[in-house]
Amino acid sequence: MKLFRIRGGVHVEHRKELSSEQAIVTLPLPAWLYIPLQQHIGAPAEPVVVEGDVVLKGQLLAKAGSAVSAPLHAPTSGRIAQIGDWMAPHPSGLTQRTIILESDGRDQWCEPLLPIDDPFAADAKTIAARAAECGLVGMGGAAFPTAVKLDLGTRIKLDTLVINGAECEPYLTCDDRLMRERTDEVLDGVRIMAHALGVERIVVAIETNKPQALAIMTQAVAAGGWSKITVTGIPARYPMGSERHLVHVLTGRETPARKLTADIGVVVHNVATARAVHHAVRHGRPLVARVMTVSGQAVRRPQNIEVPLGTLVAELIDHCGGLTEPPARLLSGGPMMGQPLPGRKVPVIKGTSGILALSAVELHGGPVQPCIKCGTCVSVCPCGLVPLEMASYIRKDRLDAAAKIGVQDCVGCGSCAYACPAHIPLVHYFNYAKGRLSAQEREQRKRDRIKRLAVARADRMEKIAKAKREAMAARKAAAKKPEAVAGSAQA
Amino acid sequence: MLTAVGSLTVLGITLGTLLGIAAKYLAVQGDALEAELEGLLPGSNCGQCGFAGCKAAAAALAAGNAQVTLCPPGGRAVAATLAAKMGHAFDAGGTAEAEPLVAFVHEGRCIGCSRCIQKCSSDGIVGAPKQIHTVLSDACHGCGKCVSECPTEGIEMMPIPVTLATWHWHKPAPQAIDTRAKAEA
Repeated sequence: MKLFRIRGGVHVEHRKELSSEQAIVTLPLPAWLYIPLQQHIGAPAEPVVVEGDVVLKGQLLAKAGSAVSAPLHAPTSGRIAQIGDWMAPHPSGLTQRTIILESDGRDQWCEPLLPIDDPFAADAKTIAARAAECGLVGMGGAAFPTAVKLDLGTRIKLDTLVINGAECEPYLTCDDRLMRERTDEVLDGVRIMAHALGVERIVVAIETNKPQALAIMTQAVAAGGWSKITVTGIPARYPMGSERHLVHVLTGRETPARKLTADIGVVVHNVATARAVHHAVRHGRPLVARVMTVSGQAVRRPQNIEVPLGTLVAELIDHCGGLTEPPARLLSGGPMMGQPLPGRKVPVIKGTSGILALSAVELHGGPVQPCIKCGTCVSVCPCGLVPLEMASYIRKDRLDAAAKIGVQDCVGCGSCAYACPAHIPLVHYFNYAKGRLSAQEREQRKRDRIKRLAVARADRMEKIAKAKREAMAARKAAAKKPEAVAGSAQA
Repeated sequence: MLTAVGSLTVLGITLGTLLGIAAKYLAVQGDALEAELEGLLPGSNCGQCGFAGCKAAAAALAAGNAQVTLCPPGGRAVAATLAAKMGHAFDAGGTAEAEPLVAFVHEGRCIGCSRCIQKCSSDGIVGAPKQIHTVLSDACHGCGKCVSECPTEGIEMMPIPVTLATWHWHKPAPQAIDTRAKAEA
């Protein structure tokens, strides 16, 4: 298959050997599970259970909060101990509404939804509805509700489904293991998704640093005789797994800024999402567990583990033999785009692809030095931006100038900060700017709304005052008339 | 020469008439700048700037009798847009931006007098006589008019809590420049 070149990118040390040969194991059932209501992009889920309820595994705990949202299901059977606030797996360390489930140890499934007998005869709406019902979200990390991306074919003309098996982040090996060990489940999910989207072409893209996965997937596709599916190796270069860059490499089509790949006829789904679709459609099972990589040199035994959602990070690390040293960084996700965790007492959620405990020797960086405008960041930026200029604007608080040269188009891949010889925290600057700009936008929207309300109130008050004046005038006129009548009677 | 004088006279009279008509029929009512400035202000007439409402404040701004930083509820953002409209660079200078606040009703102290509702210029308070009142923080811009109106001192201005949806990364600390190299040299 012909591949196209993308601009920029960096070669990173993969460090996947720590966990790539560890087969997927299942985590022993934790006694307590902490299920945050917001695990996805969109509105938070709304609880349908109350404290004290006894639930079975797979039972609905919270329903979708709006059209773009996802429901939550019980990861095991047990009792709802509390619906309260618990620290979120988020760098801020803030709490969020969380359902706390005490396991009864039996792990008993509830009556599953009926499997869709022949998914290839079902229409897109049915399959998307099933994905929505089962709480599926994109499992590559962004956690966008899958259902919204599954019936796109009914609204937009699509031609290609890309299955993202690139896994370009160092350390992470969970998608690699899924493709090697759960090949049939992944491929079945892929075919169901392609059917729902109505596309003629499916490309499974795997970075060439995973030769076993590439071979196993190619073989399985050949054995199945599915001519629509192409399994292709792509060069191992970060950020190959970024949605828009992956599409560019495979099709040569560039996604315009602020648009989605669907706008150019391509939908991208992750391999783990494909597997979740298989479970939802064929077995009627909601998303209650996922495979993730626990790795880093501070972890005694790095592993790939299938974890019930809501398990605390501390339990995962304990299962991997604990820590060999206090980690210099504890991350959720990969080392390039992952976010630091505020502690070990946070739960894993649907979008957690890995937990990394990195020791000091693994960290990349050093003392920050002044920018000498060497331009390395410009040449590695896969989005064609000018990181050094954006950062200098942001340092001087000229956020509007930074926005004008595209800070909001930055995908936050971290290539520039990785390549910067002066160790300037470029991505930190851009995250700050993006956050400030969207806060400003929010404030502007609020001001506009309040202005509308104030004007509406002023109008209403004016109308009320006018009505009062008129009523008063009418009363006066009415009061005058009888006098006049009385006067004439006297005369 | 007569032709030149004649044609210039005719031209002058025609253009003068046209200008006269234009000045009468295309005249701008009021001060255009004033109206534009008023559009940029929050429009809730809270009076914290010391003028009688946003219209008066806009008039003072247009006349140059007020600073662009006059509007406390508008904060830095409004000051910056006003400065851009007035055509000079915005310099926050010595004025520190106060943290945005919203009103909060302590329900234990609310007696349901509904006086705060009557003062609120953006319909940001919900309640009824003899019922507990509450503030819709999305519709409150923190003008604080309700605070002084409450007979039981049951309304307080509170900072807006940070949530996961509104949190963002802080600005990186100024570059720690490595001075060792310099010292050695």
